Amino acid sequence: MRIETALSMAGLAVALALGSAVVSLLAARVPKVVRFAAMPLLGLCGVAAIVAGLGALLSGGAATATLPLGLPWLPWHVRIDALAGFFLLLIGLVTGTIGLYGPAYVRGLEQGRDSLVALGGFTGLFLAGMLLVVLADDAFLFMIAWEVMSLASYFLVGFQHEQAANRRAAFLYLLMAHVGGLSILLGFGVLASFGDGFAFASMRAAELSPLWASLAFGLVFLGFGMKAGLVPLHAWLPEAHPAAPSYISALMSGVMLKVAVYGFIRLVFDLIGDVQWPWGMAVLAIGSLSALTGALFALMQTDLKRLLAYSSVENLGIVFIALGLALIFIDNGHPLPGALAFVAALYHALNHALFKGLLFLGAGSILHSTHERDLEQMGGLLRRMPWTGLFFLIGCLSIAALPPFNGFVSEWLTFQAALQAWQLESGVMRSLVPIATAVLALTGALVAATFVKVYGIAFLGQARSRHVRRARPGPWGIRAAQGLLAALCVLLGLFPTLVIGLIDAVPRQILGGGLPDAGSRGWLWLVPDAFETASYSAPLVALLLVAIAALVVPGMRRVGARRVRRCDAWDCGFAPSTARMQYSATAFAQPVRRVFALLFRVEETQVPREDGGMRHQIKIGDRSWDALYLPLARLVEAAARRVVRLQSGNVRVYLGWTLVTLLVLLWIVSA
Amino acid sequence: MSLPALPLLQQLVVLLAALVLFLSFVLLAQSRLVSAIHAFAWQGALVAAVTAVVAVSGDVHHLYFSAGLTLLLKALVIPAMLHRQVRGLALERHTEPLQRPSLAIMAAVGLVIFSSWLVLPMVAEELAFTRNILAISLAVVLIGFLMMVVRQQAVAQVLGFMSIENGLFLAAVSATGGMPLIVELGVAFDVLVAMVLFGVFFFQIRESIDSLDVDRLNRLSETAEIAGEDRP
Amino acid sequence: MADILSPSAWLLALVQALLFPALAPLLAGWVRKVRARLQNRRGASVFQPYRELRKLLLKEARVAHTASPLFRAAPYVVFVATWLAAATVPLLTIDLPTAVVADIIVLAGLLALARVFLALAGMDVGTAFGGMGASREMMISALAEPAMLMAVFTLAMTAHSTNLGSVIAHHLGDAFVLRPSYLFAFAGLTLVALAETGRIPVDNPTTHLELTMVHEAMVLEYSGRHLALMEWAAQIKLLLYGVLVANIFFPWGVASDPAPASLAMGLAAVVLKLAVLGGALAAAETVLAKMRLFRVPAFLNLALLLALLGLLSHVILEVGA
Repeated sequence: MRIETALSMAGLAVALALGSAVVSLLAARVPKVVRFAAMPLLGLCGVAAIVAGLGALLSGGAATATLPLGLPWLPWHVRIDALAGFFLLLIGLVTGTIGLYGPAYVRGLEQGRDSLVALGGFTGLFLAGMLLVVLADDAFLFMIAWEVMSLASYFLVGFQHEQAANRRAAFLYLLMAHVGGLSILLGFGVLASFGDGFAFASMRAAELSPLWASLAFGLVFLGFGMKAGLVPLHAWLPEAHPAAPSYISALMSGVMLKVAVYGFIRLVFDLIGDVQWPWGMAVLAIGSLSALTGALFALMQTDLKRLLAYSSVENLGIVFIALGLALIFIDNGHPLPGALAFVAALYHALNHALFKGLLFLGAGSILHSTHERDLEQMGGLLRRMPWTGLFFLIGCLSIAALPPFNGFVSEWLTFQAALQAWQLESGVMRSLVPIATAVLALTGALVAATFVKVYGIAFLGQARSRHVRRARPGPWGIRAAQGLLAALCVLLGLFPTLVIGLIDAVPRQILGGGLPDAGSRGWLWLVPDAFETASYSAPLVALLLVAIAALVVPGMRRVGARRVRRCDAWDCGFAPSTARMQYSATAFAQPVRRVFALLFRVEETQVPREDGGMRHQIKIGDRSWDALYLPLARLVEAAARRVVRLQSGNVRVYLGWTLVTLLVLLWIVSA
Repeated sequence: MSLPALPLLQQLVVLLAALVLFLSFVLLAQSRLVSAIHAFAWQGALVAAVTAVVAVSGDVHHLYFSAGLTLLLKALVIPAMLHRQVRGLALERHTEPLQRPSLAIMAAVGLVIFSSWLVLPMVAEELAFTRNILAISLAVVLIGFLMMVVRQQAVAQVLGFMSIENGLFLAAVSATGGMPLIVELGVAFDVLVAMVLFGVFFFQIRESIDSLDVDRLNRLSETAEIAGEDRP
Repeated sequence: MADILSPSAWLLALVQALLFPALAPLLAGWVRKVRARLQNRRGASVFQPYRELRKLLLKEARVAHTASPLFRAAPYVVFVATWLAAATVPLLTIDLPTAVVADIIVLAGLLALARVFLALAGMDVGTAFGGMGASREMMISALAEPAMLMAVFTLAMTAHSTNLGSVIAHHLGDAFVLRPSYLFAFAGLTLVALAETGRIPVDNPTTHLELTMVHEAMVLEYSGRHLALMEWAAQIKLLLYGVLVANIFFPWGVASDPAPASLAMGLAAVVLKLAVLGGALAAAETVLAKMRLFRVPAFLNLALLLALLGLLSHVILEVGA
């Protein structure tokens, strides 16, 4: 496919997303329109984005176009290249499955009081915004698309606004999105003042002094880091993402956070260009902190969707660890490990979009069938919803980075990149990079614990409440969408070499060099450097696993007694256990909570129950609230109280202030 | 200079120095006083071993003597004295868990990286061996300091002080092939006298504030007392 | 190492892979025997674990009413993943195609896969003990993982490789070098191995006391061939860690060419090393007492500290400018 065709396909995707938004306006009269028109349009939009993305990645070139919109002296520029193509592919994959999943899910909302016009309309706008952010080729269009994306998602977070918690989450989200947007705008300002205008092409050509480049980097990192939910600016994320309907949560966690990653890569690696290794150290440190904090807090949650949201913080942390490694290696003159880390970051971003999308859709399907988000009420769902159970298991194994699934590939690549630390000159960096990697290992193990907990509590064991015991499998659309994502998780895990061959166009374009050796030994082998150094053959690992199983299973059947008899659980000979005697989600997390007690703000209280017993309550809070947000809020309030003195109510005093301001401004201008 | 290029005896010095560093970590995190004294004795023995190996490899005769002196003093006499005092103060079963052991350990790891960074400017190739050992010695000194900061118990603080001395001695021996004998004798004597003084102080502190928790020494401050009296 | 993909190399890999499940019960029996002797008991024969496995295999398997299909699949997943992980460890020779298929990070991943299924199986029936065991196992593994990876990193940074064959080859090719980093990594990895294989002082493989069980609590509901597979997998894991420690830190004797003489030599060497390690393990288990669960983090922090010091001493002392 020619790159220009890819650009037109991307344009078509945007148009379809907008079309979906427009069609939804009819939903006030005909609620079915969302199900039968808006959702299929979204699916088509996803397909168009996939085609455009694949086209851009395969052709490897770039195409630009100027839109007859925007300001007179600043028309909107759009551009598609390998980087944009990769993220279009990522958006398209999740959006396409949403098109399949949405209709059945929305059906449940048709009888409710919530406005379907808002749901369908803002979903379309949200997608159009994300696609345009990726396609934008000047700061003006980028910021407009960014704000459209933020605002549309604000309304989606506040969709079920009858609940006060959702309103609060939406407001917090709006606040943070704006602070972040401001920071990005200032970053663009720095870049634009050195370059010649707001077009990306001129920013790319600009020569920044190291100090200004660092300032621009700081602003950009703050802005995109806030959107990506990096610690300590993550507090909005676990509030906002779960509040939206489940497939919107999948879009926000799976896709919107990646758009922030795209912005970071575009601005830092592409527009600023000359990276410096101290930035890499900062990104590495923040990434490690996010990964660890996200994993620990995810393990502590009992609300399934909140848990998944915290796990997004953790995964974005991993992406930024890899990006930090890439910055360090590139500035120290090691392009090959740099490209390896860069590819690892992209691969993990793609993986996270798939498995987090899958898990959120699974959570939505549980919510759809049982109206339950609380893990403590679930149990035994595997037998009630076998397909969802199977797909959710694949999602859990993928996110826990177990071979031969996809999460493992990106983690393996990150480890391999970090292992190249011996090439670095400075001993300090040589020792700090492995320490960050140890944090990554700890994170990986904690994630495994988290998803053992989720799966074990929700899908295994016995149902802990009546409505969960009566759960029914969801409609076929819901299951098919999950199956699609699960299949993608497996494929991306089994054929990493092919995927890397596709992604490789991005580092070739952005860094000027990819991984030339990665695919040189055929699709069977993933070899970043040489066989002697490191190699992983996912297809062979999977094949050997299956082959050994094919020997062992019939072998065992032949040797041993054939029959398997059903009986009551033994449980060390205690009385037959009831569902209430099972380990709860809180209990499962207790050992880790105790070991890492330092990081949590734990409130344990005893509440008397009506029947005379006691109820043990535990609340686990985030220390970042005490340490950062509340002092900041108090500061703002104090400042506001000072300012309030200006407000006397007398119009002439106001006019006086205006006059003084005018005089000062005139003086500044003339000076 | 990479390790395999060094002669075997110098490799041994490197190995022993690394173990001295490890014992500094053990000292820092060990909550039982008696075990901490044992760790300190082992550290002294290792420093003596380093001295002996340097003596063999450089064929420096007076170092044999200082190795013996170190072994006697740091690994036997001072630990024995501390042991007796601990017994005298009935502290054998005393444990003093650190408030945040993992934080202290992480800080110590940070100190190791910091000291390796500090000695980086000595880039000359023939100095690489000295520089690396120096980094370890510096780390031992700094961790000793850290131990004096984070520990409340007076005996543990003395152990920190003594391990600082171990670090300095390690640096002197491995970097310059040892100090002149007379200086070494003087230092050894000083350490011994310091130890005796510490012993006296332990009992004095115990007498006056009924504890060896140095955080309580601030009760002796006059301002605190005046402030206390002013309050009705 | 291009020729390692030849059929003869794969045949050798197959032999090694078969040796692991064949020898694993023997190591377990040896450790038990030595421990019995140290405690002035005569103890069962070293072949007792084989008899136990046979007995379990022939018995009827019973499955709780509340168990899901995952419960019956899990023993196979655990066994197969552990076996494949073991097959990537050079037992006799360093020219191992399976070590190219899966390097040491994949090995850790395969063990994690087995562990996750073990923990899920523990939670499946819905008894209190199963959940307890799963929760504890995941906590212990979470703390062991970074220590293990740091130790591996130290080795990999010395050899510039994560391929186990290359790591051992690098060490064999070097002249005798006293590496402080290897000493620390050895100590750290040994502590991790104790925790991961569920030995005293972290877990007691022979306990059935409710409050102390970790591994046993997870397999409590298993019987018959399912239990046999779980037990066998645990024995393979013990052998795996034993071979890992023995052949990485004491690589002498591992064959670097496929000649029958050097292979026999390799087998003799590894058996000897494992006998010594097994004896040391038995002695340690006799001397030490099992720790309280919340002392285990301190134990694993020590492992992490050792591995970290190994890395730092590698960076500071061994590489130089």
